[in-house]
Amino acid sequence: MHDTSVEHTDSKATYLWVWAALLLLTAVEVVLAYKQVLTPVHMLEVLLVLSVIKAGLITMYFMHLKGELPRMRWLLTISVTACFALMWIFFFRDADRIVTLGVK
Amino acid sequence: MATVQHVVHDTQGEFEPSLFGTYSKKIGMWLFLASDSLTFGALLFAYSYGRISNPDWPTPFNGDSIRNATIMTACLLSSSLTMVLAVMAANRGDKPWIRNWLLATMFFGAAFTVLHGMEWTHLIENKMTTSGNPWSSVPLFGGTFFTLTGMHMLHVTIGVIYLGVIALRKKFLPILLALWLIGWLATPADSVFHVGIHVLLVGAIISAIVLFLKPKDYDAHDVEVSGLYWHFVDLVWMFIFPLVYLMSTKV
Repeated sequence: MHDTSVEHTDSKATYLWVWAALLLLTAVEVVLAYKQVLTPVHMLEVLLVLSVIKAGLITMYFMHLKGELPRMRWLLTISVTACFALMWIFFFRDADRIVTLGVK
Repeated sequence: MATVQHVVHDTQGEFEPSLFGTYSKKIGMWLFLASDSLTFGALLFAYSYGRISNPDWPTPFNGDSIRNATIMTACLLSSSLTMVLAVMAANRGDKPWIRNWLLATMFFGAAFTVLHGMEWTHLIENKMTTSGNPWSSVPLFGGTFFTLTGMHMLHVTIGVIYLGVIALRKKFLPILLALWLIGWLATPADSVFHVGIHVLLVGAIISAIVLFLKPKDYDAHDVEVSGLYWHFVDLVWMFIFPLVYLMSTKV
């Protein structure tokens, strides 16, 4: 029988580092917003990349997904990512078409 | 005469092993969170679609709004840290510290909700509604903004109630009812929060049903599962903050 007890190996120091990294990434996002050197589409791309990194830190360390069995980790990651990829393909390509072609 | 068979549920090897190597409650919460992430995903895509396909999209968030939203983000990130420390305390069976860390998490969550409420009040005072705003001719802004952030605020409120039940059990019910009454009496009758505060009353009724029908001493598994929900609420904000606030900044 699989062990279903609650055991996580990360230390308090690891959690503090992750928390500090999350705050730092948030600060980078705020600075980017204040500088406003990127176009809306590029800004969106950069912010999304930073948000995905933050989401990864939260799920892997705070939600302990990295301590789960690989099959659970991959099933959750792949299924949710696939759904978001479908949304991305349909929504953003169309939004970009409106901007590029000037369709109203 | 029929014999009575006693089923012993806690015997090792009585059931098939878990496919995912963990307990059912946690798998159930992960499945719920996966489905909930799609709800938020759809709302975020709707907002972002409107944002990049409308050159006239309003940018109402000035320096004060961004400062407020940054403090809100720090509150949620700090609440995630205290939550994970509560899970650590639960793993070593340290009941006083489970409660202390959970109460700290609830404090940060409540602070987030209050700050968010202030932000909403400011926007509503500036004549922003679900179908219009004074800054541009794009009516979608108010609708997508209030739906997305309102949905998230509701999740945070439910999370605070959930943690309160885990931390204080039945002792939390009078506190929750007192907060509802104070909030209801303190908000003006024409404020959206005068109606919204009833979420606390509904939460108190549901919590009372759960606590009285199935009273139990919540264990490490319950703390960990409630933590998964709380971290998810934090995770969603990590997308809302940049996509909604930082993408519509005017500084």
